[in-house]
This record gives sequence, structure tokens and C-alpha cells, in this order.
Amino acid sequence: MAKTSKDLKSPLSRARGLGSAKDGVHHFWVLRISALALIPLSLWFVFSLARLATGPADFYSVQHWVSAPSVAVTLVLFLATALYHSVLGVQEVILDYAVGSLRLTLLLASQFLHAIVAAAGIFAVLKVALG
Amino acid sequence: MAQFSLPQNSKIDKKAGKVFKAPAGARKVKTFKIYRYDPETNANPRVDTYEVDMGSCGPMVLDALIKIKNEVDATLTFRRSCREGICGSCAMNIDGTNTLACIKPCDEIKGDAKVYPLPHMPVVKDLVPDLTHFYAQLASIEPWLKTDTPAPTRERLQSEEDRAKLDGLYECILCACCSTSCPSYWWNGDRYLGPAILLQAYRWLVDSRDEATGERLDALEDPFKLYRCHTIMNCSKTCPKGLNPAKAIAETKKMLVERKL
Repeated sequence: MAKTSKDLKSPLSRARGLGSAKDGVHHFWVLRISALALIPLSLWFVFSLARLATGPADFYSVQHWVSAPSVAVTLVLFLATALYHSVLGVQEVILDYAVGSLRLTLLLASQFLHAIVAAAGIFAVLKVALG
Repeated sequence: MAQFSLPQNSKIDKKAGKVFKAPAGARKVKTFKIYRYDPETNANPRVDTYEVDMGSCGPMVLDALIKIKNEVDATLTFRRSCREGICGSCAMNIDGTNTLACIKPCDEIKGDAKVYPLPHMPVVKDLVPDLTHFYAQLASIEPWLKTDTPAPTRERLQSEEDRAKLDGLYECILCACCSTSCPSYWWNGDRYLGPAILLQAYRWLVDSRDEATGERLDALEDPFKLYRCHTIMNCSKTCPKGLNPAKAIAETKKMLVERKL
């Protein structure tokens, strides 16, 4: 709590802090929009995997499935939405629990990691679909 | 990381607690286990046990605390004033829930009554928490009517419907039960305003007579001041006045989205 602070600031100055960041509503909104989009996308993904599992379990049957344009596009959408939703959600957890330089380090690590996984995932889908 | 464990010197010394037995001939004994901390000694906090004869005591927890202070142990320290749930002074953690000692009946508590100060606040002494930062946060949202229109010569008029929007908000007595029950306030209370203050902020956001709605929303739009609320709802569950701070916060978030779309 603020009580541990040893400075001679007034309580009001401490409560006001650096003022409002005038930011947050965008994060709040896109977190919910991406959650909404993930309902049909996740259901489609899980059902598709389950259907694939009933057929022959080899690369060519999966490639045949992924190479359909509608499937490739939906897979890319699913990956992008899921990872965008994830990076926003993980940011919330970090802001809740990490303080000081650890907060910044974890935020950057999470954002870089999500970007790498998104790029690699989308590249993998395109490679299988087009290659 | 957020501080999940208590600092070393604030851990309860389990061996140091004193026991005050009920007087001989007590008819109906209830045991109170009360958190004690004296900043003037270097000792860690302890939990004292008081056996109170409920046969000669009022029904509420505050009645028992006053009886203990009057008749058993004058050093027991707590805040109280109105003894009827309107001043908010005697907010404390009773039987694991934040509430007002003056409106909490003793016989609602099964077994021993455990009485602690409001959680996760610096303790001044015994059951008295330091609410300086809480009150400063209230001041920071400027909880008063703000207008640019010159003051009228008579009352500022308000329709009955607009007045009804303040019901469930104006009744807040700022006891801090809700804010100190909120995990987000525990971890980030230095920057997160907490449910009590956000309910007050919303009270001015929906007041039809106020002309600073936009500025008020600007001041709240912040990842910490407002958006640490994750709708945990401890606030609404614990409010001794039956108010719903979680709804006020959700409405504030809706207003912020509304002005963007």
C-alpha cells in the first residue's frame, strides 16, 4: 500500500499519482470482441480436428483439408484472433501481479513471444496450404 | 510480484494471545477472538480471547466489543460512532467477512467470533485501519457537483427518473468494506481506485445536474484506476448496506465504450 512510501507527498498527490493514462477502453473492447469471435472459431477448430481424426492420420489428408481456401483463411483467422486475445489477457495478469521492472520485462517478453508464435503459426498454415 | 505474504513483523504471534475468562455465573457465554496490535511495542500482533456473558450484553458484535472495553480490557481499540449502520466507523472483518460490527448480530456467528481489522490495510492499532489513502482516493475523483452554467437562484431541478438513478449509490457510507474485500485493491490499491471510490465516481457520472461527465470519464479511463476491476464481485457480496459497486463499475465501463462508438 501507499503507506510504505517514505516521501513527504500529500495523500492526495499520492492518490492522483501520474494521472489518468486516458487509455484502457480500447483494450477492454477488443478483448471482448476477440472473445466473441473466438466462440465460433474455436468450435469450428475443435470439430474440424475431431472430424480429421476419424479419417486417415497422414500428412496428405491434412494437407488436402488445409489447402481448401476457406479452411486456410479460417485457420489464419483463428490463430490471429486467439493469439491477439491471449496477449491482451496475459497483459491483464501481468498488470495485476507484477510490479516495477518485472512488469515491463514480462510485458515485453509476452508481446514478443505472442508475435513469434503468431508469425510461425500463420506461416505454417500457409506453407501447408500452398506448398 | 504482488505481496501475497505478510511482512515478517506483521505475522500473528500464536503463543502471545491472552485469555480473558467469562465471569463466574455467566449464563450464555460467547467467545470472541480479537486481533490485537500495539504499534508502541515491538511485539508482533496477537489474537486475544474474550469470553463474554451474552446474558448481559446487547445483540450486536459492537455491543460485545464495547462491553469488553468497558468491563474487561480497556486497551482494546476500535472505531465506532453511530451504532446503527449509518456512519461506517466500525467496519471490520467479522467471521471472515467485512461488515459493520454495529449491525452484525452475534448469534449469526457459529462458534467463536473472529474479529480482525479490514484486510490488507496498514493497521494503526488493534481494529483500526489506516484509511488515509482511501480517503485521498475519494478526494481525487472530486465527489462534488461541477457545473459551468451559472448557479440558478433556486434549486437545480431534476426529474424523478433522473433522481431515481442515484438510488443504490447515494446510500454508500464509505465504510471501505467493499474496497478492502477486493483482491485487485489488495494487490494494486496504490493505483486502483477500488469499488467504493468507483461507486462514488459513478454517482456523479449519472447525476443529471453535473456538467463534467466527460472530464470525469477522462480521469477514470486508465488501466489501473478503473480497469483493475475484473468483476470478482466480492464488493457487492460484502456491502453491509446491500449496494452493488460491481454494477456501478460495469456501467462506467459501458459509458466509456458508448462514447467511443
